[in-house]
Amino acid sequence: MPINYDDRIPNNVDLSSNKRLQRALETWQPAFLDWWRDVGPVGTALDEIYLRTAISTEPGGWAHFDHVKMPDYRWGIFLEDRDMNRVIPCGDHAGQPVWQEVPGEYRSNLRRIIVTQADTEPASVEQQRWLGKTAPSMYDMRNLFQVNVEEGRHLWAMVYLLHAHFGKDGRDEADELLARRSGDADKPRILDAFNQPCPDWLTFFCFTMFTDRDGKYQLGALAESGFDPLARTCRFMLTEEAHHLSVGELGVERVLRRSAQLTKLDKNGDARAQGGIDLPTVQKWINFWFAYSLDLFGSEISSNGAEFFATGLKGRWNEAKDYTDHKALDQYYTLPVVKNGMLVDERVPMRNAMNDVLRQSYILDCERVIKRWNKALEEEGVDFRVSLPSSRFFRRQGVYSEFDFNREGELIGSEAWEKNRDSWIPSQADRDYVASLMHPVTEPGKIANWIGAPRRGINGQDVDFEYVRKG
Amino acid sequence: MSYPPVSFDTHPSRYRHWGLVIEGAVATLTMRVNEDGGMWPGYELKLNSYDLSVDIELADVVQRLRFEHPEVRVVVVTGEDKVFCAGANIRMLASASHAFKVNFCKFTNETRTYIEDACERSGQTWIAALNGTASGGGYELAEACKEIYLVDDGNSAVSLPEVPLLGVLPGTGGLTRLTDKRKVRRDIADVFCTKAEGFKARDAVKHHVVDGSFSRSKWAEGIKARVATVASAAPARPADARSITLPAVTPAVDGDTWTYRNVTVKLDRASRVASVDLRGPTERPVDAATADAGCWAFQFWRELDDALLRLRINELDIGLLLLRSNGDPALVLAHDASVAGDGWFATEVRGFQARVLRRLDNMAKTLFAIVEPGNCFAGSLAEMLFVVDRSYMLADDDGENAITLSSASTGTFPMHNGMTRLQARFPGDEDARLLAEAAAARKSVIDAETADDMGLVTFAPDAIDWDDEVRIAIEERCSLSPDALTGMEQNLRFGGPESMDNKIFGRLTAWQNWIFQRPNAVGERGALKMFGAPERAVFDYRRT
Repeated sequence: MPINYDDRIPNNVDLSSNKRLQRALETWQPAFLDWWRDVGPVGTALDEIYLRTAISTEPGGWAHFDHVKMPDYRWGIFLEDRDMNRVIPCGDHAGQPVWQEVPGEYRSNLRRIIVTQADTEPASVEQQRWLGKTAPSMYDMRNLFQVNVEEGRHLWAMVYLLHAHFGKDGRDEADELLARRSGDADKPRILDAFNQPCPDWLTFFCFTMFTDRDGKYQLGALAESGFDPLARTCRFMLTEEAHHLSVGELGVERVLRRSAQLTKLDKNGDARAQGGIDLPTVQKWINFWFAYSLDLFGSEISSNGAEFFATGLKGRWNEAKDYTDHKALDQYYTLPVVKNGMLVDERVPMRNAMNDVLRQSYILDCERVIKRWNKALEEEGVDFRVSLPSSRFFRRQGVYSEFDFNREGELIGSEAWEKNRDSWIPSQADRDYVASLMHPVTEPGKIANWIGAPRRGINGQDVDFEYVRKG
Repeated sequence: MSYPPVSFDTHPSRYRHWGLVIEGAVATLTMRVNEDGGMWPGYELKLNSYDLSVDIELADVVQRLRFEHPEVRVVVVTGEDKVFCAGANIRMLASASHAFKVNFCKFTNETRTYIEDACERSGQTWIAALNGTASGGGYELAEACKEIYLVDDGNSAVSLPEVPLLGVLPGTGGLTRLTDKRKVRRDIADVFCTKAEGFKARDAVKHHVVDGSFSRSKWAEGIKARVATVASAAPARPADARSITLPAVTPAVDGDTWTYRNVTVKLDRASRVASVDLRGPTERPVDAATADAGCWAFQFWRELDDALLRLRINELDIGLLLLRSNGDPALVLAHDASVAGDGWFATEVRGFQARVLRRLDNMAKTLFAIVEPGNCFAGSLAEMLFVVDRSYMLADDDGENAITLSSASTGTFPMHNGMTRLQARFPGDEDARLLAEAAAARKSVIDAETADDMGLVTFAPDAIDWDDEVRIAIEERCSLSPDALTGMEQNLRFGGPESMDNKIFGRLTAWQNWIFQRPNAVGERGALKMFGAPERAVFDYRRT
């Protein structure tokens, strides 16, 4: 019996008449479900979750709400509608019509870009698979699963590109995406931040705030790609990604508010004594995840970055809208680098600095969130303020990775680093403590002690709405 | 400088540089280069120096002697004056583009291996009768002959002065043949190759750079006697040999389409790709004993040979040849069978086919085979699949798309290094080679899936993937550095042991092409540029 693809897989890519896609999905879709069952959210197959499903690209079509079992979730394939006049936004081909098919010349680089982006999507699901066991509320549990199914859909979106445009190589790469595992010693995920464990909810909120925000900027840069199907796919993904960021931003904010309240409540100003997370500890989590997420942008001086820009595969944030010179040939970028034990400014050809250009857009975005968080702390009446560390702090990739910097970005020795390390990034004791707070709260409307209640519910529902019906 | 397109078509009636006299079993080929008969203006072919126009005629002689004059058993190459030949014309070389030099050398090298091939396989023994000085390419031409005799007049010499005078190599096989063919001791060869004036008869004989010498008074008599001896010892003229006239195979050119009877070349200049469509025979073959040059098994390969030469020298921008075939595989096999026997013509035709395939091996262009339903990659044409750098075979649903191997792939067409292309294809997988050889012995019809499993094709995409896979592969290939691709392909195509021919086309040529790019040869004060000028060359003396 022929499979009704449109029914099972909401799409706007004419799946029911695309034999190549059907053939590819025939084997990949069952493998995806196996993967979801093996390493997706633990013990949730029978639960009915109040989830949003994208069913079309019409206004509102991306947000159809219903209680569904996650294995029955309809992962769809959507591209933003095609702009017939769109031109390649940047690089040597700027101004020429965009490519609807993969240019053979750039096949390898494009495939690599897509695979690298795609690999992060299933990775985060794997990282977060145990968190459902310790959700601080049903509301949060639902948000976690929403993020998970949408990361799953983003995987689908990327796999669609591999299947539709990269032939056998693409199918092989799509299979590999289900074979790698976050944190696995033998087959790890490609990027390091996606091999870090996500054992507690503070980590989850920081991850969705900082690491998913890297995703937003990568998708934004790829939304400026001259390869139009990639650009259109990424633009649609960006709408969903925005939700993940708000889960992170509001999650951390609720922790901060609660920590402030508990700090004030305790006669010694010790939030931990009140069963909460003290504000300096939250700051350590921020330090850690901000730094790890900065690594995801790649090295500050990068020939790959230059090549991807030059060939029009990847632009800057809002390339078409915010920039006038799309070639960026005779421009330079000033970057502080370490020479002879000192930080000195280096002039880098602009194209080689594209990774850092994107990273700076990201940092500005993070700064805006920090301001909102500090406003919340102010409202709660405490003096403590959170901040972002320098972009040189605790880096594992790029030109700063071989040196030690303090939070202000000053070069320090490894001795000074070791001495301060535990006050800057989470120590094992900090991690153990936060982990000790993770207990599930399953009654609708109730909330764990270490985190504040959300301001409002999902899709106009109350906070105590039954977001998760245990099966 | 840009050149008008070169045609490789010529005929003895139009020779400007060679005199050919045939008396019974002996052909005398006299080099008398027309000073003003160069291919292009700007240089005079003084002192019997040569350019491509001289070598196109020489290649024509070699080919015609085999097919039109099978009675010839000995070919005597000689000169008219005090100078036999001064080699390739230096002014021509100094003014030519790098690409032209490379192509010129490749063609002259191929012609010299054809002379040796004629000695080996056609029973036509070439003897160089150097009645005057032979320097550089002149001596290299002599080296291609089976025997070399030099007049002992106290003046005439043989020499390879390229290194000391021109800062380049004797690149037409000169170095390789000294050691590998003439077995000259390498330190003596070192002396010979750095001594601009070369060796006169006494030293030349002593060190075996020539086989013998005669004084001027005894010259004619001595050569005549030697020729008679060689002729009497030569293999007898094959009983069934007859003269096969070689008509021209010039294509009809319509814009960027060249149409031969069995081959069509379409140039896509924008994408730098040439489609080379090979058409199989449409009728049953006639018996080889009565066939003429128009038979498919000969005509097709002559057309392909001509197309390859034109693509090489006239179409530098074309980087990728897509070989497709169309026709009835059974008829290809039937025509193969018609020239499979021991008869004279059949043997000569197979030898020619082998040379065309080696010409294909030597192409400095990427070769892809595209195998689609209706193809006739069978027998001799299936050998193309093992020449190309990659092959794409459409995996159709009904298995109609198929190839057929035959003995053509198991010994008929040796590569330069003497291996079959199946041996070269499976260097580390004897089982795969044996399986392919068994399929060739049975002439099995092999569908795409099986061909893929057997390693006979590179990729076998199905109909859904086909267009995209092929398009992307072509686009990707055409975007890569042409220099790196040529180097890569020429290395990967010739796995396995080296032979003298291999060393000439690989080692010697590669070094020569490197030197041809270097300022010490072609810079403003480079040796090639300064030759004949009042000032001396200036070298950058650093060595790598």
